[in-house]
Amino acid sequence: MDANDPVVKLDHVRKQYGSFVAVHEADFAIGRGEFFAMLGPSGCGKTTTLKMIAGFEQPTDGRVLLEGADVSQVPPHKRNVNTVFQQYALFPHMSVFDNVAFGPRAKKISEAETTKRVNEMLDVVRLGEFASRRPAQLSGGQQQRVALARALVNYPSALLLDEPLAALDLKLREAMQIELKRIQREVGITFVFVTHDQGEALTMSDRIAVMSEGRVEQVGAPQDIYMRPQTLFVAGFIGSANLLPGTVASVDGGVIRIDLVGGAQVAVSSSQCADSVDLAVGARVTVMVRPEHAILGNGSEGLAVSVTDTVFQGSSMRIVGRLSNNTEVVALAPIDPSAPTPVPGSQCSITWHATSPYVLGGWPETAGSTTTNVDSIEAAL
Amino acid sequence: MLILAAGAIALGAGWVSGAAAIAVLVIMFTSVVSIVWTAFVGGLETRRALAPYGLLKPGIIWLSLFFLAPLWSMLEMSLSTKKSRFDFFPSFSWHWGNYATALTDFGPQFGRSFFYAATATVLTLLIGYPLAYVIAFRGGKFKSVLLGLVAVPFFTSYLIRTLAWQNLLADEGPIVGIINKLGVERVFEFLHIMDNGRLMNTPAAVIGGLTYNFLPFMILPIFVSLEKIDVRLVDAAMDLYSTATGAFRKVVLPMSLPGVFAGSLLVFIPAAGDFVNAQFLGSPQTTMIGNSIQDQFLRQLNYPVATAMSFVLMAVITVSVLVYAKFMGTEELM
Repeated sequence: MDANDPVVKLDHVRKQYGSFVAVHEADFAIGRGEFFAMLGPSGCGKTTTLKMIAGFEQPTDGRVLLEGADVSQVPPHKRNVNTVFQQYALFPHMSVFDNVAFGPRAKKISEAETTKRVNEMLDVVRLGEFASRRPAQLSGGQQQRVALARALVNYPSALLLDEPLAALDLKLREAMQIELKRIQREVGITFVFVTHDQGEALTMSDRIAVMSEGRVEQVGAPQDIYMRPQTLFVAGFIGSANLLPGTVASVDGGVIRIDLVGGAQVAVSSSQCADSVDLAVGARVTVMVRPEHAILGNGSEGLAVSVTDTVFQGSSMRIVGRLSNNTEVVALAPIDPSAPTPVPGSQCSITWHATSPYVLGGWPETAGSTTTNVDSIEAAL
Repeated sequence: MLILAAGAIALGAGWVSGAAAIAVLVIMFTSVVSIVWTAFVGGLETRRALAPYGLLKPGIIWLSLFFLAPLWSMLEMSLSTKKSRFDFFPSFSWHWGNYATALTDFGPQFGRSFFYAATATVLTLLIGYPLAYVIAFRGGKFKSVLLGLVAVPFFTSYLIRTLAWQNLLADEGPIVGIINKLGVERVFEFLHIMDNGRLMNTPAAVIGGLTYNFLPFMILPIFVSLEKIDVRLVDAAMDLYSTATGAFRKVVLPMSLPGVFAGSLLVFIPAAGDFVNAQFLGSPQTTMIGNSIQDQFLRQLNYPVATAMSFVLMAVITVSVLVYAKFMGTEELM
């Protein structure tokens, strides 16, 4: 077996409960030593996919391959993967040591070897002196690390983590993100990580699979997903974006001109388009402008905006405004004491560098900023 | 509080009479007044400190009057002498002979009670655990209905239920009929369940009655402890290379032991002192200690020996429960 072969491979995997399709067609591979995230709103099928890798669910169609072997019908206790469960699922009647030793003992590894491995792993997660405690006597972060040690002590082909940080508060979550990365580097095991938190996925992962309604929308590195989203869902779900619908007016060499709904025209280089966009004249497309790429001005250039709200965010100012056709847009402006801050009710304009806008196919359900529409955000989460 | 309890015991046990009783009442009354007075004068802090004792008061007084006081008078009676057959007011005389009589004359009854109760406990465990398991983990939306069904027999009186078993086990009854039809009497005789073609008046009938009557007391606590177990723990065990059986043995079973322990006590203790099943389903050869105590109390009117037997029974049960608790590892349970 080649070291470059994928550790986990999903081969056209499909999962159906009755008439409900939980996972449509998951088809991707996870490489050795990779930190891989499955990201999506709740109900997108990411946890079901994880369970199929762990063995708690069997795919309706397709195959799950582990180290090249088809394990689709193999029960969990015969698969060399381990899971860190959402609420950790530590055994409350056992000490930390016995919790971590559970796997090796079930595998009938000698007690001496087990003790050595468990102590090693407790050191990796920095819980050496807590070996004799009960899980209930530990804090949330410590329980989380016990769950990690309990899974990693078995040297699995891949470690599966189901929303591992969801139960922790913000500060601890940020610290644990760094801790998880450190542990992953130290043990060199493939981590497959399920989360609905895009910030978490972007900061920690080598690659991300973005899922929505049972479909894998895009698989790629964090920068790719953020800079070059392939679908409107990805564009809206990762980070925040202003989605401005329009139609292709002309294609002239490398420059595409787009008439935005509401009047203005935007010119975009053909390298700033998603891969499969239909660029025929008259085709419906969406121009994405990230709030941090929007530049505020007073001139006649760019889009005219009437400011409706300003929010001080410490490092920057968030300016919410409406275009002439009532589409809501958001811009992030750096704090500059010498420049006047626009006040609600005033008029200004939004421009951007030529390399900033990005073109996607189709029109969004709601035009404008993806961060101000409470209903659509709630629906997504 | 201690003064009140001691006073209640003293009055209840009849240590004091006449003027002395009035003195005890006066002491109790003044201690109540002083507690109330300190509570009001001492302000919020004192009242807060006294609150737990206040909440304990109904329980302490109730148990003092109706448990400790009778227990004391029974202890006194168990060391008294009955001067003649018709002496109904035996006098206290450190007469340890009552205990010797209880142990020597009623040894077989003690032995049987212990054996029947222990067997019934094991049987209720074997029947009750799987039942509780299925209700807790596979009950789904029928969980509360199934649990209700477990408690349904309690709507009928204990005596009626036991008498009903008389009909079921009778020589002309349905069960013996089926056994005869199938021609498997020999098997039942071999297992010592049947005796000379009869089911009634055998040890098996008494044990069966005990098992039937106390089964819910085993199922309910086990159900409670099983229901608290997070099923994801089973997933976690299977994820860590345990088979389904292994996961049960290493996770579910240990976590349900508190329920098993509580259920065993709730079955064993009343079963060891039971006399109803032996009376209605048994024979003179299957009398339990409960029957003998009842006989000594109500028919022989031999209170000293009857109370001595009660104390021996209490001691035997307490010791066996302590041994059981030690064996189960109380620290894990409590």
